Amino acid sequence: MSGLAGSPASTSGSAAISRRVLGNAALGLVLLAVPVWLPLVGGYTDLASRVLIYALAAMGLNLLLGFTGGLSFGHAAYFGLGSYGVGLMLKYETHSTLLALLVGTLVGGLAAALLGPIAVRRRGIYFSMITIAIGQMFYFIAVRWNGLTGGEDGLTGFSRQPIHLPGVTLPMGSTDFYYLVLICFGIAALALWIVLNSPLGHSFVAIRENYKRLTFLGIRTQRYVAISFAISGLVAALAGGLNALLDNFTSPNTLNYTLSGDFLIIAVLGGMRNFWGPLMGAVIFVLVRDYVSAITNNWMTVIGLVFVISVIFFPMGILGFFNGRTKS
Amino acid sequence: MGLILLFNAFNGLIQGAFYALMALGLALILGLNNTINFAQGAFMALAAYFAFTLVPYVGFWGGLIVAPLLAGVIGLGVEVVLVRRLYNRRDPIYTLLLTFGLAFIIQDLIRTVWGAQGQPLAIPAFLNHPLSSTYFFITGYRLFVVAVALLGTGALFAVLRFTRIGIRIRAGNSDLETIAALGVNIYLLRSANFVIGIIFAGVAGILAAGQIGLTPNMGDSLIMPAFVAIVVGGVGSLVGSLLGGLIIGLASGITTAFFPAASEVVIYVIMGIMLVVRPRGLMGQEGLFE
Repeated sequence: MSGLAGSPASTSGSAAISRRVLGNAALGLVLLAVPVWLPLVGGYTDLASRVLIYALAAMGLNLLLGFTGGLSFGHAAYFGLGSYGVGLMLKYETHSTLLALLVGTLVGGLAAALLGPIAVRRRGIYFSMITIAIGQMFYFIAVRWNGLTGGEDGLTGFSRQPIHLPGVTLPMGSTDFYYLVLICFGIAALALWIVLNSPLGHSFVAIRENYKRLTFLGIRTQRYVAISFAISGLVAALAGGLNALLDNFTSPNTLNYTLSGDFLIIAVLGGMRNFWGPLMGAVIFVLVRDYVSAITNNWMTVIGLVFVISVIFFPMGILGFFNGRTKS
Repeated sequence: MGLILLFNAFNGLIQGAFYALMALGLALILGLNNTINFAQGAFMALAAYFAFTLVPYVGFWGGLIVAPLLAGVIGLGVEVVLVRRLYNRRDPIYTLLLTFGLAFIIQDLIRTVWGAQGQPLAIPAFLNHPLSSTYFFITGYRLFVVAVALLGTGALFAVLRFTRIGIRIRAGNSDLETIAALGVNIYLLRSANFVIGIIFAGVAGILAAGQIGLTPNMGDSLIMPAFVAIVVGGVGSLVGSLLGGLIIGLASGITTAFFPAASEVVIYVIMGIMLVVRPRGLMGQEGLFE
């Protein structure tokens, strides 16, 4: 467990490192083989895609939340911008799934890069309120701009297109698409890992631990938080784009603060001080929601209880709970 | 055009009164309980549904008084059992997510007990008539809403200014540790403060229900503007929250007259401008909650 949960900040001996490599390799194998084993235990491939997409969004958020100490309650905005970007590109501009995904991701990332500097002017609860309000602004724009976005009914009329590689065409069925998601997830996770282990990432953690001190030392803390904000928004936008491709649909709900809350609880539930925490949280959250909404109308109560229980009993998340002595 | 503008401005002011009531409750709880209460909107709906059930027995006026108190009792339970456990955690994320989850649970409860369909809340007949034929939009009920909002706000400020508990709440806002050391039971104080905040939400909920009717998620459309009102008015200042609510309500109303599609977005634009020009808000204190 500790191999999986190893946080980037703790480097202790070659044994720990090789255990971590083993753990990550095992995780990679499990994820690669999902289309093989998931049907055997009663799941379906699209569900696994959803888990990875939510995990990706929450991992992006967690760069800001868990490693930089910025509590954004508005990351659905960048997720939603990514998904509208992909949807509109496929509907009006291009037949290339990958180009649409690239544009959607960049649109969301750009928005985060531009709005981050406004939000980081304040910290703490204030920061959360500002991020949530910025997110709601995009929500209302999407609801009101009927002609472009389809208003409250959402954006329809696009679908993911086959991807043409040299010599082979992938029709993008459920399994193909899962691997596309997995590749994006892998690239983003690697990028986040590299960032967290770079001097930049160490600065993020230092800012989380003692913002005032870093400011006194002459570090431009606001600028660093804004950089973290932009990267984390970019990753969330990538997840949003993939989500639009998964559903062949997107709606204002992808921009709403409720979804931001979902991403936050995924990060907290899994363990926001752990690199793989959000993946763990996404597995639990998405599966519980999928299962409970199939058997009862009161699924909102169950989701609410997930929030309450994880906050009261698992403040450091599931991985943090099993990994109590590891502090990052 | 003049009449339309007046109509929308008046509408906006009424809306602003709701925002201000919500923002006051939120700001109280934010101040002493260090909690952004996402469940405020759900408590608001809960009180409105309580009133809906009570009105046939105790009348509108009875409901207006009893229902917020009932919601306050539930709020007390929530504070004592759940919120209180989190005061020692310094990261605000926990109370945020707790109340966020609570909002889900309360809304789902309402849906289960009263149904997802919208319901009307009966208001006294004499409040329902327009007061003049030219200014048809000034109904008795709308003036009543403004009057109650003023009364509630006035009462709150009187309590905070002149009563012992009010003075303690204000003292606790500026230095909780010191008043604890002076022998004030801060757990009791925080519970009382939480309940007062919920009662404010309850009153706002019943007033809103008289105008727009009841739905389980009726609080959702009010809670975000209330947050904006707090940011615009300045965290830590109740007067600021009040002003913030009125300003964004008015701005939203006036925008409706010229460009209806932007009536919701405009309040976030105002907030954005405020943050760039004056990050601490109209009357906020520098560095609070940071």
